[in-house]
Amino acid sequence: MNVIELQRVSVRYRTHGAKGLKEFVIRGLRGQRQHEWFASLSEIDLTIRAGESVGIIGNNGAGKSTLLRVAAGIIQPSEGVAISRGAITPLIELGTGFEGELTGHENIFFNGALLGKTRGEILSRIDEIVSFAALDGFIDEPLRTYSTGMVARLAISIATAIDTETVLLDEILAVGDASFREKCHARMRSFIERGLTVVLVSHDVDVIEQLCVRAIWLEHGRIVADGPAREVIARYQRARATSPV
Amino acid sequence: MPDFRSVPVRRNVGGRPLGLAQELRDLVAHRFLLHQLVWRDLTVRYRRSYLGFLWTMMHPLLMMLIFVVVFSRAFRFPTPHYETYFLSEYIAWMFFSQTTVNAMVSVAWNGPLMKRVFVPKTIFPISSTLAGLVNFSLSLLVLVVIMAIVGAPIHAAILFLPVSLAILGIFTLGASLALCALAVYFVDVREMYQAALPAVFYLTPVVYPIDIVPEIFRPVIKLNPMIYLLEIVRDPIYYGILPSPLTLTISIVLSLGMLTIGWIVYRHLAPRFHSQF
Repeated sequence: MNVIELQRVSVRYRTHGAKGLKEFVIRGLRGQRQHEWFASLSEIDLTIRAGESVGIIGNNGAGKSTLLRVAAGIIQPSEGVAISRGAITPLIELGTGFEGELTGHENIFFNGALLGKTRGEILSRIDEIVSFAALDGFIDEPLRTYSTGMVARLAISIATAIDTETVLLDEILAVGDASFREKCHARMRSFIERGLTVVLVSHDVDVIEQLCVRAIWLEHGRIVADGPAREVIARYQRARATSPV
Repeated sequence: MPDFRSVPVRRNVGGRPLGLAQELRDLVAHRFLLHQLVWRDLTVRYRRSYLGFLWTMMHPLLMMLIFVVVFSRAFRFPTPHYETYFLSEYIAWMFFSQTTVNAMVSVAWNGPLMKRVFVPKTIFPISSTLAGLVNFSLSLLVLVVIMAIVGAPIHAAILFLPVSLAILGIFTLGASLALCALAVYFVDVREMYQAALPAVFYLTPVVYPIDIVPEIFRPVIKLNPMIYLLEIVRDPIYYGILPSPLTLTISIVLSLGMLTIGWIVYRHLAPRFHSQF
């Protein structure tokens, strides 16, 4: 069972385009080129099977986040086909859509709704979310009164309580103090043990080596290596040692 | 182990516009998000003010006061119950103009969200339209209270208003879809649109009776689609009659046509929104 299949997927962005309609029309009348293209991913072929734990590594701008977004169905490829099966939850940024004026409780509902959940699904997990976040009575206060750490804990708590089959994470384990990070890693491990598919983007190769069986190394929008995490990470680190970025 | 027997499959083919069936399925799956967006639209803005929700009413009430004083006293139109004549269409106009602008703001504001989570691309224009319809209905209630106070006759024909609201709502959603899609690509679309709105407003007989327009200009003025869409709101409230079959037909054709155009523009532009945020 393949949960994610990318077939010759390319993603291009337009750059230097006209900012306004006026400029667009003027450029058109003058026969100037409207924009240039920037390729973020080029002809990626990739299959991720149910229950796999995959880490994605690579330098800044290698296309890691774009790969995650295409896999999650958030962005459409410019060319190629992206297929996903089952419930996929992208956790690209923590606390997406958090609103300072709303209480922690209300934000749980809004954030859950953004992740595609219904009221009933959120209600059934709310006690667990509140207790994992350890907010001690702040849950009915507006979010703007929270400390940064409290906001982060609430966000992680919602994100990891969501019922899903595939989780795509982008660098979000790097927040909070060491003990909270350890709690998050424990949750990730329990995801993997329960048979969920986990795809993780991180700069921290140690995290990937601990959590993932397979690793993919991206460079300039192309896959350089794909295989057992230990081997791919070793190759990546050798390459970085010989040509530091 | 998750159950994969009845898993939904999503195929995202490069360069293909949004599909209607898939979009509708996604909207149904995200119904709770739609509910939350409408609720947020209606309440968050007023959360920290003492009068809260009442502010929704304050703007139309103040504008009404100005227009009623200026136009019924200064210009002296020979229209009985001028306040009802004016407000019935003014409220409908406010719904259209505010909703289209709010939808553009909402897509621009929530654009970054669309890069972080999967949401149906049409959800923001739809939630703006629904929130606008709630405000519209509340303003109509305020109007009925005003009518009762000033002694304007209230007719059974107002029971037709839900149909008028639906027609105008569909037209507004269509216009919002087209405008939002363009506004994502061109930052000046919203400004140009907001500059054009007052012009359209004064070309529509909202503040003045159409009889004061010279005979020769009337065919030109009747090319303005807003005339028909506002008339179906004014007829039941002010004249106490159902809209004529011709007016009703024109407005239904206009609203379905606008929705079709809006959807076509949106489905082709929305798949590449992410490169703009």
